[in-house]
Amino acid sequence: MQAVIGESKKAFMTGNEIVTWAALAAGAEIMFGYPITPQNEIMHYWTRLAPKYGREFLQTEDEISAGFTVCGAVQAGRKAFTATAGPGNVLMQEPFGMAEAMRLPLVAVIQQRGGPSSGTVVYSQQEVTLTTFGGNGEGHRIVYSTATHQEIFDYVIKGFNSAWKYRFPTFIMGDGYQAKMREPLTIYEPRERGIEMVAPYPLVGKPGHIGENRDPAHLCNIYSLEEELYEVVMRHAADYERIIPEIIEYEEKECDDADIIVVSHGVVSRAADDAVKALRAQGIKAGYFRPITLRPFPQQQLRDAIAKSGAKKMLVAESAYGQLYRLIRQEIYGETIPIEGLFMPGVGIVDYDIITKVKGII
Amino acid sequence: MTVSPAVPKSWYLPSKPHKFCPGCGHGIVLKALGEVIDELDILDRTVFGCDIGCSLLSWNFFNCDSTQTHHGRTTPVMVGIKRGRPDLITIGYMGDGGGYSIGSQHLLNSAVRNEKVTLILVNNTNYGMTGGQMAPTTLPGQKTETTPYGRDTELTGYPTKGPEFLSALTQDSAYIARATVSNYRQLKRFIKNALRNQIEGNGFSFVEVLSTCPTNWRTNAQQTLHFLEDEMEKHFPVGELKNPLGKGDK
Repeated sequence: MQAVIGESKKAFMTGNEIVTWAALAAGAEIMFGYPITPQNEIMHYWTRLAPKYGREFLQTEDEISAGFTVCGAVQAGRKAFTATAGPGNVLMQEPFGMAEAMRLPLVAVIQQRGGPSSGTVVYSQQEVTLTTFGGNGEGHRIVYSTATHQEIFDYVIKGFNSAWKYRFPTFIMGDGYQAKMREPLTIYEPRERGIEMVAPYPLVGKPGHIGENRDPAHLCNIYSLEEELYEVVMRHAADYERIIPEIIEYEEKECDDADIIVVSHGVVSRAADDAVKALRAQGIKAGYFRPITLRPFPQQQLRDAIAKSGAKKMLVAESAYGQLYRLIRQEIYGETIPIEGLFMPGVGIVDYDIITKVKGII
Repeated sequence: MTVSPAVPKSWYLPSKPHKFCPGCGHGIVLKALGEVIDELDILDRTVFGCDIGCSLLSWNFFNCDSTQTHHGRTTPVMVGIKRGRPDLITIGYMGDGGGYSIGSQHLLNSAVRNEKVTLILVNNTNYGMTGGQMAPTTLPGQKTETTPYGRDTELTGYPTKGPEFLSALTQDSAYIARATVSNYRQLKRFIKNALRNQIEGNGFSFVEVLSTCPTNWRTNAQQTLHFLEDEMEKHFPVGELKNPLGKGDK
């Protein structure tokens, strides 16, 4: 695969442009996409850059098709991906479910927009429930929530590796602010950082001669008996449980002696970080916890932070009406720490919002 | 002494006898397809994809690599495989509900884009697997579970004519035909042409096959053939609508 970035370099780019560069650097071979704001520029950059690196693109008739063509291309052994948002994310739950069921290494970038329905084209964190547990399945997915442009680059690369290594559909979830905002970062070739890219391989159209040196691949996606499906789902569940420790990522600051732990994810965690620093400067012992993987969720790490700090309260701050809050409650079931919410669906959260809230509840 | 019936080499024998109802046309279509795969010697590079509905029972019908999708979504999966690996021969297999109703946007747009896939759509005028509801292809007046008094064209329109609308949408390099299980030689020839058209890299290839569903039609053998040959063919004329291969392989 041709080098894309060359020597690592500083860049000043929008999040959508970074997704494209990262996907190219990760060796993505084909993108299937359908226009929806705020992810459009991922396609725009991809369609300009891809031909220069021998990569391909297809604009499909809708998001359902974009998701299913990705399902087909990865079965053919190609690193394929898509990107979407909001109502497109809703439509893609069908192919995402198939990727879950058939363990297809599908990669999707989600740039959250306001909801429900068409909502806004701007920003939100309202696709947490959908992206983590959407579809008629068990949420056997890997979901990274990025907070900075550097992370967008890092986690898109990592996302392709997670998808092909573990064979669970993998999501890199940003939002409209991250998509459209420009920010400095360093872009690099993965191998320069010692990152070995997992090579794709075909599930159908495998080399060899059927009946001579290989059997036909029969990929099943609907079962006649309850017990057959049960065995498949239980096997996936066991695989998923086993790899959780390898996948879990989180960020924690100032939790050792915290009286209150502020939990947030994605771009809101930057406001939380600033807020915790400001509160500390004012003598309020605030701590910061941020799940980077929303699925699987770093529940033990959060429980440990609660235990070691002896914090009396937790504040969940998010640009949604309690989607992260509900996720946390189910993940740390049994903890008795009171959890408050700062819910601002579809609007941005700044440090001031969090500082004011903390002072009001501490 | 056990005498095995003559079956295509491309059939996957552990999955036989197949699970289609007695009198169903799927077995005939899949036999023709199997013989064509043998004759074209494409087993190693063929990927067969099936829809949901009765067609799903074909998921391990052949010795070739096969994949199962969602209701209506076989077309985009096969498009993804073909775009990913143009050297493979991709065959999408679906019913009239999957192709003309829930997956119609995929069928239509893949035809417009001249995707180099071969799609075989089995038209039995109803949703068989789910218990015999009205399909886009249900004939005027035909009784189904959701049209118990007969299909009222004022309320639900006329049967979808797939090959006709696909002909109007496609370029000259597309192959479009309608076959019937009551004419096996022609059926096999059309399927072979649809695969040859893909192998030669021409473009989109589509065969609708008129088929039978005695279980849901509630017909005996004679009535089944009568409905297929006399009633269905009145609405769905059989023949090649587009054949860029010229006269094809007789």
